[in-house]
Amino acid sequence: MTTIYVLWLRQLKRYVRSRARIVASLGQPLLYLFGFGFGFSKVYEKAGQGNYIQFLAPGMIAMTILFTSIFSGIELIFDRQFGFLKEVMVAPVPRLLIMIGRTIGGATVALIQGLIVAVICLLAGFRPSLSSIPAALFFMLLMAILFTALGTAIASVLSDFQGFQMVMNFLVMPIFFLSGALFPLNNVPGPMAVLAAIDPLSYGVDGLRAALIGTSHFGMSIDMVVLSTLSVIFMVIGARLFSRIQL
Amino acid sequence: MIRVENLVKTYGEIQAVRDISFHVKKGEIFAFLGPNGAGKTTTIKMLTTLLRPTSGRVFIDGLDPATHQNEVRQRFGIVFQDPSLDDELTAWENMDFHGALYSVPRRVRGERTEMLLTLFELWDRRNDQVKKFSGGMKRRLEIARGLLHTPKVIFLDEPTLGLDPQTRNQLWTQVKSLNEQEQVTVFLTTHYMEEADRVAQRIAIIDHGRIVAQGTSAELKQQTGAETLEQAFLSLTGSSIRAEGADSADAMRNMARMWRKNR
Ligand SMILES: Nc1ncnc2c1ncn2[C@@H]1O[C@H](COP(=O)(O)OP(=O)(O)OP(=O)(O)O)[C@@H](O)[C@H]1O
Ligand SMILES: [Mg+2]
Repeated sequence: MTTIYVLWLRQLKRYVRSRARIVASLGQPLLYLFGFGFGFSKVYEKAGQGNYIQFLAPGMIAMTILFTSIFSGIELIFDRQFGFLKEVMVAPVPRLLIMIGRTIGGATVALIQGLIVAVICLLAGFRPSLSSIPAALFFMLLMAILFTALGTAIASVLSDFQGFQMVMNFLVMPIFFLSGALFPLNNVPGPMAVLAAIDPLSYGVDGLRAALIGTSHFGMSIDMVVLSTLSVIFMVIGARLFSRIQL
Repeated sequence: MIRVENLVKTYGEIQAVRDISFHVKKGEIFAFLGPNGAGKTTTIKMLTTLLRPTSGRVFIDGLDPATHQNEVRQRFGIVFQDPSLDDELTAWENMDFHGALYSVPRRVRGERTEMLLTLFELWDRRNDQVKKFSGGMKRRLEIARGLLHTPKVIFLDEPTLGLDPQTRNQLWTQVKSLNEQEQVTVFLTTHYMEEADRVAQRIAIIDHGRIVAQGTSAELKQQTGAETLEQAFLSLTGSSIRAEGADSADAMRNMARMWRKNR
């Protein structure tokens, strides 16, 4: 228990101390929100889909959580390169607990970032239904855990930063763009619908939308089942790969 | 305290450690010397549960690191050849984190942290982030941290690398005083022969993965008819420079260095 707590605390301390990172990571959702939000809203409304900011905000929250979580997981590579991982690996504690502590820490950071973006969305005119905030928080938490575990799994098999760029381009960006964060999944062409259906983030975005604005593509219970299952699976895979790390 | 029998480690084609045997007594300061690439770090990794031996046996305080990982880990402290502090945390936080992982009770943790940071002259800087420390301060902090959980053995892999003579001198004085006070066994490597000569009670010299001589400094000098330990070392290991392929650890070191510079 102490092990999980101290690793969690370390992640939070590092987060709070890296102001540059906090600001930088909020830049992207802001850009999308104002760029796309105000740029596309007319088109979107003309197409009879309703208010675009309402639609986009859950997508932006999900996006923030995706990027922050993956990055938290990938931070493992930094720990390895700067040597701190060795200190943790020779400690007399099971690696599983180390992995869990890191993941919860990273997920907490991602959740905080998601909440900050949620507040920004509110300021930009987003008006969610308040009654389902607990459900929304639950979806945010599931996404945070799922993607931090995925990041950890990936970082466990990468040994340097070169692979990191690959992961961003060929995994994280597609996860984001195919998820329906920016556009509704209702009338996308067949192949894309298939890809969207195997993209975990789709269920997060959809679940958030179901909770916050009451529209859903898959249905909230499906979203919840898929995300919970995947979180567990990714945690198990992450823990496996993490405990195999050789220094 | 440490017993090694016929230890072997091969990395694919490379035979890093070839059938070495030695033992280190409780409370002893033991120096493990050898040219670059001789196999010192590889041996330390096998003694500290980080690497599984290809063959041979190792006992730390009577326990096999391969089968009793966590018991063994609780019994040793280690200062790695490369830095292993969290730069974003303060000196105090690095100590506290370590103490928590090694289940040192909170009160003891506080007392020992104060004692060790004071001894290594870091107490005044305890609330500064480690990234603001000089190389010497970081090294001292790593040693203090390695001793926090009162280990029975401490492994020091080139702890004085890159430090000025004053700092090196002082560091060994501090390590010696702890060795006397707490009877902690010290297993060290260094490329400075005069340091080993001064602090170590017994010395083993390893070259190309084999132990070529062991004994007290006086015995080694006598054996080779040399005046100084450095001469003895050179006559035992030859004076040719070791051709070393850049291994993955070296590549990683360079990357980390470049990354730090660019920040
Ligand atoms: N992970 C690895 N994979 C392959 N070869 C390795 C690996 N680590 C070390 N080696 C090789 O094993 C040999 C011994 O290396 P080791 O790091 O133990 O030397 P050392 O005595 O600590 O040297 P130095 O004084 O330079 O630190 C070297 O030839 C090295 O290239
Ligand atoms: Mg070495």
